[in-house]
Amino acid sequence: MIEALSAPVPAEAGSPRRQIAPERSRRRWAGLLVLLALVALTLLLSIAFGAKPLSPAQVWHGLWQPAGTEGDIIIRSLRVPRTALALVAGAALGVAGALMQGHTRNPIADPVLLGISAGAGMCVVGSVFLLGITSLYGYVWFGFAGALGASVLVFLVGTAARGGAAPVTLALAGAAAHALFTALTAGMVIFDRQALDTYRFWTVGSVSGRPLELTWQILPFIALGLALAAANAPGLNALSLGEDVARALGVRVGATRAVGMAAITLLTGTAVAACGPIGFVGLVATHVARYFTGPDYRWILVYAGLLGASLTTAADTLGRLVARPGELQVGIMLALIGAPVFIHLVRRRKPVRL
Amino acid sequence: MGESGTGAGMSAAVETGTAGRRAERGPGRGPVPGRTPLRAGPVSAVWRPRAVLVPLVLALLLAAAIVVNTARGTSALPLGEVAEVLLGGGEDRSRIVVMRLRLPRSLVGALVGAALGLAGAVIQGIARNPLASPDILGVTTGAGVGAVTVIVMGGAYGSVSGPLADVGIPAAAVAGALLTAVVIYLLAVRRGLNGYRVLLVGVGVNAVLASVLSWLLIKADIVDAGRALIWLNGSLNGAGWDTVRPVGWALAVLLPVALVLSFPFGALVFDEDTARGLGVRMTGARAALLLTAVLLTATATAAAGPIAFVALACPQIALRLARTGHPPLLASALTGAAVTVWADVLARTAFPDIQLPVGILTAALGAPYLLFLIVRSGKARTS
Repeated sequence: MIEALSAPVPAEAGSPRRQIAPERSRRRWAGLLVLLALVALTLLLSIAFGAKPLSPAQVWHGLWQPAGTEGDIIIRSLRVPRTALALVAGAALGVAGALMQGHTRNPIADPVLLGISAGAGMCVVGSVFLLGITSLYGYVWFGFAGALGASVLVFLVGTAARGGAAPVTLALAGAAAHALFTALTAGMVIFDRQALDTYRFWTVGSVSGRPLELTWQILPFIALGLALAAANAPGLNALSLGEDVARALGVRVGATRAVGMAAITLLTGTAVAACGPIGFVGLVATHVARYFTGPDYRWILVYAGLLGASLTTAADTLGRLVARPGELQVGIMLALIGAPVFIHLVRRRKPVRL
Repeated sequence: MGESGTGAGMSAAVETGTAGRRAERGPGRGPVPGRTPLRAGPVSAVWRPRAVLVPLVLALLLAAAIVVNTARGTSALPLGEVAEVLLGGGEDRSRIVVMRLRLPRSLVGALVGAALGLAGAVIQGIARNPLASPDILGVTTGAGVGAVTVIVMGGAYGSVSGPLADVGIPAAAVAGALLTAVVIYLLAVRRGLNGYRVLLVGVGVNAVLASVLSWLLIKADIVDAGRALIWLNGSLNGAGWDTVRPVGWALAVLLPVALVLSFPFGALVFDEDTARGLGVRMTGARAALLLTAVLLTATATAAAGPIAFVALACPQIALRLARTGHPPLLASALTGAAVTVWADVLARTAFPDIQLPVGILTAALGAPYLLFLIVRSGKARTS
């Protein structure tokens, strides 16, 4: 693994590096600053805007000198928790999307499209229906297990196919898994009103109504996932040249894949269990990130995480504003934003190759 | 049951069995020698015993399924009596139970299954891709969005009834399916249709529609949500004669249309240029066929909700049974009908207390089959 970490990054190796590197590196650092500013901006907007209009003074008051007024309660118990969850889950999904795309070398990898969210949903509903668990803290862990099982199934089917995991193979395996899990879920909830009620609010993908403690509870898993992802980046760079080349460069392919898989499962499983199936974050964030950073996964992962966080938070804020006094859940907003991106990727004359 | 029956007739073909097949394989595989051509004016076809035998066997299976499904129920009837009633005899009491209460359900199942199987066969024939089907492309989800909109917006506490339920839900389903098909077509067409691109665009459109569906479900009252979810999983519960009629008419019109239009399918086995060189006009016929398939899907979905994977799996089963170059339409329709009714038998009787929607069963059986298909054929066939 140490060799893998210190393996030379081929994209930057060789003589051209000397000329390009300073400029590109400066641009990347500048982009990082812009992204951090973007995350801060969406965070502020998410706290400031919502179903009930609040003045900046009220917002400020609610954040720093809470006195129990209506505005303070809205800020502290509704907007801050959902913003925190959106940021954390968005970052996790962004990084997971980048890892998925890198490991499958597949430009359309995404937890919802690959049926991983549906697997998590099945386990959540199963825990509600069969085991009678009703607390959020109870069924979050089942969602996690479901995500793991589904991702293993889909990746196994995708890679077992002749010719390896082509985009269309993986997408179809995902569609099949999605249909299977959704049908089994429906079979469980259809006769149980309470399970149905939990399910229909969970399955839409939302960050609202979760207490702040939930974010704290998932944070260790996300942190572990992010750490694994960071450790995985250099190996992933080598793997993007193909397994043989990576092996020749001294990368332990099996170990790298396993670490990547663990990170993907931790990140998506936790995020999906906490928020429900939020799709297209990883897909969109990774493609935007790659457009700005080039093929180096060390940068793509960082960019995709920050982009995912701000994208999710922005989509959540927007969903609160377009359908006042109700709201469009963040999962729906992101499908509306992300699907056109996906279709655009598919329609390109020169398909994206990873 | 070889491909090159020399007019030996059906019974002989049955008796030859596997040995006969192996023997006939060698010389019979060539273009035409050993096959009897049938000619009538400008139309000619090759006599294939399987093309007659397979539909016959499937029709028998379907009839058996209908009889069994009709016999099962709260007061079970003996199979013989059901058959007697269906053939026109029987006592008055069992006659009422069969004709009024139980037969419509099986008939709707058979018709819907046939429409879905046919639609799947048409789409797979055009796309030359075993994975193409209205469910994967999102056409079914589009129909679902249309129907659920009516169920949910129609009023509180399941008050959709009367004319709005009779006309509104099917019409909305058909409109949703057509609109989805047009959107997919417009998004996927780019100097011709590429099968791979159509599939992926369909997956994307499907994702959007699915999220719209889940949004509709949370907007709904819990009673409406329950009703919508049952509908969304494809259910034959409560199907009566008034459901049989529209599906029956649609199938009666669209089946012959599809059969006639699909005549150039043989040429589609080759690539597009060759087909054009053989004098097959592709674009017009293909558009008409696609429209037929979408209409079939929409009618079936409107009648019983989206019954998953019938359109995907049944043409492939029929293809393997009939051993033709493309999914055979008639056999696919019959396979769809038989599979749907047998699945309904299982769904009704698998658990003693509850009647599962038939679509849950077909999905639970069909999804693993699709995964198997992907592992088997993978990239090679889908590009």
